[in-house]
Amino acid sequence: MGKWTRRAFITTGVLSGGALIIGVAIRPGNRADKVKDLIAGEGDTVLNIWLKVNADNTITVIVPHAEMGQGVHTTLPMMLADEMDADWKNIKMLEAPGNKEYANYAMGKGFLMGPKDIPSILIGTVDGFFLTATKQISLQMTGGSSSVRFTGMFAMRVAGAAARSVLLEAASEEWEVAAEELVVKNSTISHPASNRMAPFASFVVKAANLSQPAKPRLKTSEEFTIMGTSPPRFDIPSKVDGTANFGIDVVLPNMKYAAIKASPVFGAKAKPLEASAIKDMPGVHKIVNLEGAIAVIADGYWLAKKAINTLPIEFDKSDHDTVGLNDIYDKYLRDMDSAIAEGNEEKDVKKGSIKDIFKEATNVIQAEYRVPYLAHATMEPMNCTALVKEDGCEIWVGSQNPLGFANSVAEVLDMDTEKVLVHNQYLGGGFGRRSVPDVAIQAALIAKEVDYPVKLIWSREDDIRQDHYREANISRFKASLNDKGQISAWNNQFVFKHDPEEAPHIPYGVENQFIHYTNSETHVPWGYWRSVDSSMHAFFTESFMDELAFKANKDPYQFRRDHLTNAPRFLKVLDLAAEKANWGEALPARWGRGISLHQSFGTIVAQVAEIEIVDDQLKVHRVVCVADPGYAFHPDGFTAQMESGIVFGLTAALYGEITIENGAVKQSNFHDYQMVRMHESPKIETYIVTSDNWPGGAGEPSTPGIAPALANAIFNATGIRIRELPVKNHELKADSKILG
Amino acid sequence: MKLNINNRILEVDVDPATPLLWVIREQLELTGTKFGCGIGQCGACTVHLDGQPIRSCLTPVQQAIDKEITTIEGIAPNDNEWHIIQEIWIEEQVPQCGYCQSGQIMSVHALLTNNTSPTDKDIDEAMSGNICRCGTYPRVRKGIKRAAATLAAASNTIKGNNGEVD
Repeated sequence: MGKWTRRAFITTGVLSGGALIIGVAIRPGNRADKVKDLIAGEGDTVLNIWLKVNADNTITVIVPHAEMGQGVHTTLPMMLADEMDADWKNIKMLEAPGNKEYANYAMGKGFLMGPKDIPSILIGTVDGFFLTATKQISLQMTGGSSSVRFTGMFAMRVAGAAARSVLLEAASEEWEVAAEELVVKNSTISHPASNRMAPFASFVVKAANLSQPAKPRLKTSEEFTIMGTSPPRFDIPSKVDGTANFGIDVVLPNMKYAAIKASPVFGAKAKPLEASAIKDMPGVHKIVNLEGAIAVIADGYWLAKKAINTLPIEFDKSDHDTVGLNDIYDKYLRDMDSAIAEGNEEKDVKKGSIKDIFKEATNVIQAEYRVPYLAHATMEPMNCTALVKEDGCEIWVGSQNPLGFANSVAEVLDMDTEKVLVHNQYLGGGFGRRSVPDVAIQAALIAKEVDYPVKLIWSREDDIRQDHYREANISRFKASLNDKGQISAWNNQFVFKHDPEEAPHIPYGVENQFIHYTNSETHVPWGYWRSVDSSMHAFFTESFMDELAFKANKDPYQFRRDHLTNAPRFLKVLDLAAEKANWGEALPARWGRGISLHQSFGTIVAQVAEIEIVDDQLKVHRVVCVADPGYAFHPDGFTAQMESGIVFGLTAALYGEITIENGAVKQSNFHDYQMVRMHESPKIETYIVTSDNWPGGAGEPSTPGIAPALANAIFNATGIRIRELPVKNHELKADSKILG
Repeated sequence: MKLNINNRILEVDVDPATPLLWVIREQLELTGTKFGCGIGQCGACTVHLDGQPIRSCLTPVQQAIDKEITTIEGIAPNDNEWHIIQEIWIEEQVPQCGYCQSGQIMSVHALLTNNTSPTDKDIDEAMSGNICRCGTYPRVRKGIKRAAATLAAASNTIKGNNGEVD
């Protein structure tokens, strides 16, 4: 990955060396003065800069997202290069610096507006609104499976097409021929009639002075030459020889290392230690008392860690010292009950009248599901290196949200955000965890006490016990079936609602629905966890669908089909999954198949899991995954993300369990927070369905569906209905098979 | 103390109880070897001692004296060539976040040194100590089989040539 100098990116136009930089405002033209005032500070430009054409005709694409293995450093340049008709062999990538010039307006717009076209009358205000919002929260976030969907579609493709357009115009002027007679291919422009040909670079000076089209024509998918192919990812060679620089790999002159011990009970304060407590520890330099933690700076991490383990660190009592997971569940249930009793449920979906239906219904089914807290456990434990001087601070970290980190650090150091420079590194796993700036704040506060850079590393124990967790949740269902075996009413209550909006919604045609939730605050910190709310709701709704199918005496696949008559896109995905998984073909004894269907982040995914109970142990043999993301811009990368999400979701389904005891997390490392390993990893087959829909995400949508597919397969093999994850807590007896 | 790492003799001055991992990363500044768990559970810190895969987070540096230490930085035949495993890892696009891959590759390297036709069960046994949170297991398995086939073909060629010479 190339490196930025601090000022290199702020200018636009022709740089020394003849490079053309194309900046594309997200909504060119038609901005009210008021909007300008909102988005542009003194000396700022509202242009976002996405590419430069270098003097040697290579093209550098600037990507405002972090690489955490999802391939975004390759896929986004592909989108730009294709629209530009650039030569893929001569494309370079540079990650945008953590600077507000790169605040991700495209993503903000995507989240607020989705793929809808903004009515022209609203352009000024809507742009003003979302630009303000994104600026305020400093959105340069990588998450929400959003990079391709929003940055790629709103910024990269537009920037590439706009660049092509001005280069073409420049060539047309230079050669005094009509633009229509010119051919653009592989970063060159040619005029076949006069047999002339020249590289992009020879037109950049002229092109930089031309105004870019506000709405350049984008290619149709039939015209793509790079999008839809799978070139090798740029980041991979450095990840096979140890040269990739992750946050934890930063080496700086005079750098020292810090270890930390934070309060096991979230929110409790640490009792400050005297500076002299380390006087007999050679190589250990300083104790830093933070509010909820104590840190030690030493010559090496191991020395720092040894010191922190030896020091008599104590924490104040807190109100949460006796809280356990069951107390939290009890509180959820109390809050859920009282919300119903008082009629103040937060309404999510309300259709028809479930009350009328339930009054008459004879076949009513109820069930309650639970999932525990989950930690992220990225392979690279949390870490951050900081150097704090009077006039500014630099931090080196792998972040999903570099601007947010800069803001948070600036705030605790009481500095202007402009004085905090974030050097973003590769992320050794993100999954949402690296959007929280907690470790960067700690590193800055520790480094503030000394005049050299400090690398703070969390141990795996810190990482598991100081996470921001996927919440524990309870989901209660009540549904009725009519005499044709169709669902006539669907009532679903759970706690909390974050993202994505559609997580608890069902694609099935049910006329009467009431989906509602209740907030029930706890002291356990919440955080985005791969697929967020969908990570639990797919398990809830798709397991309950299976229960209904069983009660209706129908095949679970057919039962779903029967409720999808008005949802052809879902039906197509489901049908293909069933076909590829040989649904309906007999399995040996003790084997089972389970199916699931769920949409999240704009991508519809159906999965079929095939399992066996061997000596009362579960073996997951095969997972068939069919996904409709609209269009897969890098099919191999998309497939890799489906595989990845399934293994991630399988770990959660089989083993994932963070429990709270005495206010603190009980688990600490991979021996008691288990991961799926090679020998448990199933064969995964992925099939991509292309449709004309707005592109959906890749990083998250396959995680939700594996838990219900698995639980439904267990039911198919054993008759045991898993209503609480993880599966490891259930005794699975193959001989209890009750199904034919 | 003197360490033989990737065929270079380097001098370090540390507490002999320091885990080899931190000496490799901090004193020798070879950061390809990763810290993952500190308790030998995840395999991110896998290096070779005299060709055997070990967990460097649990191995005191004193146990590495007078032994050959090999890290991810030391497996390629030279600066301009990849090791066959690395080459196949790129072709199969195995890594995602990439953080565990140094450890994965070192475990694969040890497996294939002793066994050029590993069965799925052999792969399970050799690789179950390496956690990948991105779930690259299917591609790691495929990569191992391809690398094994390539190595086996190369070794047959050498045997065949020897046969002719004899």
